[in-house]
Parts: sequence; C-alpha cells; structure tokens
Amino acid sequence: MINNNPVVKTNKINEIGTGSSTMSLKIKNRIFQSAVLLWFAIFSLIIIYPIIWLGLSGLKSNADFFLNTWSLPEEWLWGNYQAAWDAGIGQFFLNSVFITVSSVVSVLLLGSMAAYGLSRFQFKGQNILLVIILSGLMLAPQVSLIPLYKLLQAIGLYNTYWALILPYVAFQLPFAIFLMRSYFLSIPKELEESAIIDGCNIWQVYWHIIVPMGKPIIASCALLTAMNVWNEFMFALVFVEDSALRTIPVGLMNLRSQLNTNFGIQLAGLAISALPMIIAYIIFQKQFVRGLSAGSVKG
Amino acid sequence: MTKTFRSSRTAILFIMPALLFIMFFVFLPIVLNLYNSLFRWNSFEAGRVFVGLEYYGRLFKDPIFFTALKNNSLYAVISLVFQVGLGLIIAAVLEDKLIRRFQPFFRTVFFIPSVISIAVVGLLWQLLYNPEVGLVNGVLKAIGQSEWALSWLGDSKTAIYAVVAVSQWQYTGYMTMLFLLAMQKIPFEYYEASMIDGASKIKTFIYITLPQMKEMILVGTVITVIGAFKVFDEVYVMTNGGPGHSTEVLGTMLYRAAFRNDEMGYASTIGTIIFVITLTLSLIQLKIGKSGQEA
Repeated sequence: MINNNPVVKTNKINEIGTGSSTMSLKIKNRIFQSAVLLWFAIFSLIIIYPIIWLGLSGLKSNADFFLNTWSLPEEWLWGNYQAAWDAGIGQFFLNSVFITVSSVVSVLLLGSMAAYGLSRFQFKGQNILLVIILSGLMLAPQVSLIPLYKLLQAIGLYNTYWALILPYVAFQLPFAIFLMRSYFLSIPKELEESAIIDGCNIWQVYWHIIVPMGKPIIASCALLTAMNVWNEFMFALVFVEDSALRTIPVGLMNLRSQLNTNFGIQLAGLAISALPMIIAYIIFQKQFVRGLSAGSVKG
Repeated sequence: MTKTFRSSRTAILFIMPALLFIMFFVFLPIVLNLYNSLFRWNSFEAGRVFVGLEYYGRLFKDPIFFTALKNNSLYAVISLVFQVGLGLIIAAVLEDKLIRRFQPFFRTVFFIPSVISIAVVGLLWQLLYNPEVGLVNGVLKAIGQSEWALSWLGDSKTAIYAVVAVSQWQYTGYMTMLFLLAMQKIPFEYYEASMIDGASKIKTFIYITLPQMKEMILVGTVITVIGAFKVFDEVYVMTNGGPGHSTEVLGTMLYRAAFRNDEMGYASTIGTIIFVITLTLSLIQLKIGKSGQEA
C-alpha cells in the first residue's frame, strides 16, 4: 500500500504535467502559426502586389495612372494592350517566340545527343570531354561579349536572328547536358541491350528508347532553357541592332524612350512580356522544380 | 554488349555537334578576350596597336573600377543575407509541420518573380521607385513616413541599395525553393530523434537541419556570390551605372568601355577580370559542392 501510493501520485503528477504542457503547446503552436502566416502573407503581398499593379496599371489611362496609383482602373482600357502590341511589342514578341523556339529545339536535340554519348558509352577521353562541357557552366557571358560581337560580325551573322540563336544554344547546352546526362545514367541498361539484340542500331536506341524514357528531364530542360532565352538581355542588346529583330526585353527598353510619357502602354508592354513565363511556371511547376533540384545553378 | 555499343567513334559522333558549339561560342571567345586585352583597338578601324599589359595597369588606377568592385561586393554581401540567410529561414519555416500545408501556395508565390526577365523587373521597379507616381513612396507616405520618400534611384547615396533591393525581391524565393528541395531530402529519422528528445524548433534547425544542409548552403553561397559578380541587366536598365558612376558594376563598366567609349582593349581587360573572379569562385564551388551537384 505504502509502495503503491507514490506510484499513483507520480502518475497523477505526470498526467497533469503533460496535460498542461499540451495545452500551452497548443497555444504556442497557434501563436507560432498565426505569426508565421501573417509574416508570409505580408511577404506574399510585397512580392505579388507589384506584379498585379503592373497588370492593372497597364489598363489605365495616363491621367488615371497619375491620379489613382492605387485604385482599380477607372475605365478598363484593354486598348492599351492592343496599343502596346502595335507600338512594336507585337514584333518583339514574335521575334522572341521564334528565337526561343529555335534555341530550345536545338538545345534539346544537341544536348540529348551529347548526354547520350556521355552517359551510355565508355571510351578514352570521356571524362575530359565531360569536364570541358560542364566547365561551360561556370563562365560569365560578359567575358565573351566583345569577342562574340566581333566573331559574329566576321562570319556575317551579326544583326540576324542567328546572332542570338547560336550563342544562346552554346551557352544553354552545358546545363542541359548536365541535367540530361545525370538522368540518362539512371535509365536501366537492359532496355538498350535487348533493343540491340532485337536489331536496333545505335541511333534507333537513342531515338526510340533514350529520348522517350528521358521525357521528364527533357521537359524540364525545355522549360528552363526557354525561360533563360526568353529573358536574356545582354546578348540581345549587343548582337542585334535592327529594331525589327529585337527581342522583348530589349524592345521594351526602346519603347521606354519612345513612349516616355505614356505609362499605361509601357506597363501593358511589360505585362505582355512577363505573362508567358508566369503562366508557363504555374502550369508546369513540377517540371520547373525537377530541373532546379537536379542542378542547382542560377541562370 | 556488342562491339558497336562500346565504339568510341559513335559516342564522339553524338557528342561532337554540342561540343563544337560550346568550343566555338563559349571557349574560343574567352581566349580571344585575353588576347584582345593586349591591344588598343576599336570596332570601326582595322588597325590595332600592341600595348601589352598597359590596360591592366590603367584599370588598377581607375577609381571607377574600385567603385564597381565595391558595388559587386555589396551586391554579394546583401544577397547572401537575404537570399541565403533569409531564404534558408523561410525554407525551414515552410517545412515546419504546422506550416507545411500552406507550403505549396507560398513557395509558388515567392518563386514567381524569378521567372520574369531581369530587364522587365528592372523597368517595373524603375516605375515603382519613381518619386511622383511610384508605389514605394506611396507606401511610405501611406504609413506616415513621408520624410523617407526619396528619389531612390536618382540619389547617388541610395541608388545602389535600391538596385540591390530589387534583386532580393526577385531572387529570395528562388533560393528558398532550392533550399526547400534540399531539405526535403533530409531523412525523416533525424527529425524523429530530435522530436523524442523534445528539442525546440530553433534547436532542431541549428543542430539537425543546418548540418544536413551544409553542402547546399555552400553551393547556394557560391552561386549567389558568382551571380553578384555577373550582374548587368538590372543596373543597366535602372540606372545605367549612374548617377555619377555610383551604381557602376563590372558588367556596366565593361559595356560602357566597349560600346559607348569604343575602347575595346580596355573593355576586354575588364572582361578578363570578370573571368578570373568568376572562375575562382566556380572552382571553389566545384571543390566544396561536388556531391551536391550530382544530387
């Protein structure tokens, strides 16, 4: 009896103890959660509001823009978007689409071939080739700016679409190869072996096995390459001088000086340029994130 | 395995097109840049005069060069605080079990600015900073701090901070995403152990998350620092190095020397410096982040 009592006592104390601490823990958790959510909500507002402001201000007349910076447009001038498109954004947009699509297709084709060659074969000098290609990841494009400018002039490509597409492909390839190679390494070899026994040649193996199996990483590469090319600014500024060949980011700079005072149209232009990538990101988030996690490199 | 399967000739055929592209458009220019920096030349005349290392001497006496170096370094330090430091904390909080169900929303929102072109973001923020119509001063006035309402980009004291702030706005969410992805690879057992021990959230973060993330943090640090030395677009768009060279970075300095002053040799010299800095940093990254890269 005497022995039992303390046991009961300690049990009780324990129960009370855990009871009150779960209570205070619950409150603590609630406070923590609310504080964090408030903090993140403010954060989200700081991040999203300028972008929403951009879209909405693009619908305002100039007077409306100056007088009511904060409010919704007095009159929703969808015509601003049309006007921005006609003021040159349309041409820049189409240039950007053409250059982006050409670059992405070339990067995917050349990149997947190289990644295949570097992941499924064993030969002398393989590592050296790999190091050469991957060290392309480290180089700052500024270093190549002037020599490329002269080189493109010398081979007669300066001020053409090719003056952008070819350097873009070259600068995007190392990252694409890096991503695709690591993925291809994880595709089981047995598939290829049985295909070869079935009489496939090496090109058929590449095209009918590796490419379809590699689809997820190829999709990620396509998105990241498209984003980098669509957004690129410095090469686009220097390697093309004809305004008819400009891509959107540089074209917007030109428009800024042209439309000095018409803020609504300028903002509409900015929105037209930003929207495709935002939409692509929201739809294909999974592919974006896969690419990022596979290779932690900032564009 | 058949013989053709291992044949090195076939492999080379697959690799060659990409390799040629990279050699011609990425590596050849670097060699040319080094060579170009030894001559006085400009883009419209054919002749060039050999000057040896003269431009390197001039560069190290050029006060703008030191302004640029200082600004690039400032960029690096502030980006480390926000993108790596704050990014890491945000990622850890998003991974907390009380917050996790809100994570998809917040990480999507935080990431959005990084998919927009830097040039577009620069043009947008130039308007936001505009002293008359911009939102920044609008907010400051609304919260009753109108004496803080400045011409942010127009004042040589504040301009560089205003420009750097835009990069933090744009890329903190990007780093957060990278850290989140790395955190999700930490085995759950590590956390279980600390939960049983009753460790606090902060202790768990310091003693479990941070050590497990060491590699990713180092990689993130180097990426951020390299990025800070590659800065060009946002400065060019928002201030073009001004007012009075106060926001000059190596990138804008190179651009100005080459395409405004037409001193191609001098510009190439700046290019070489950028090359040396980014290469050194990259080698450090390779050394510390080898397995992190293969993740």
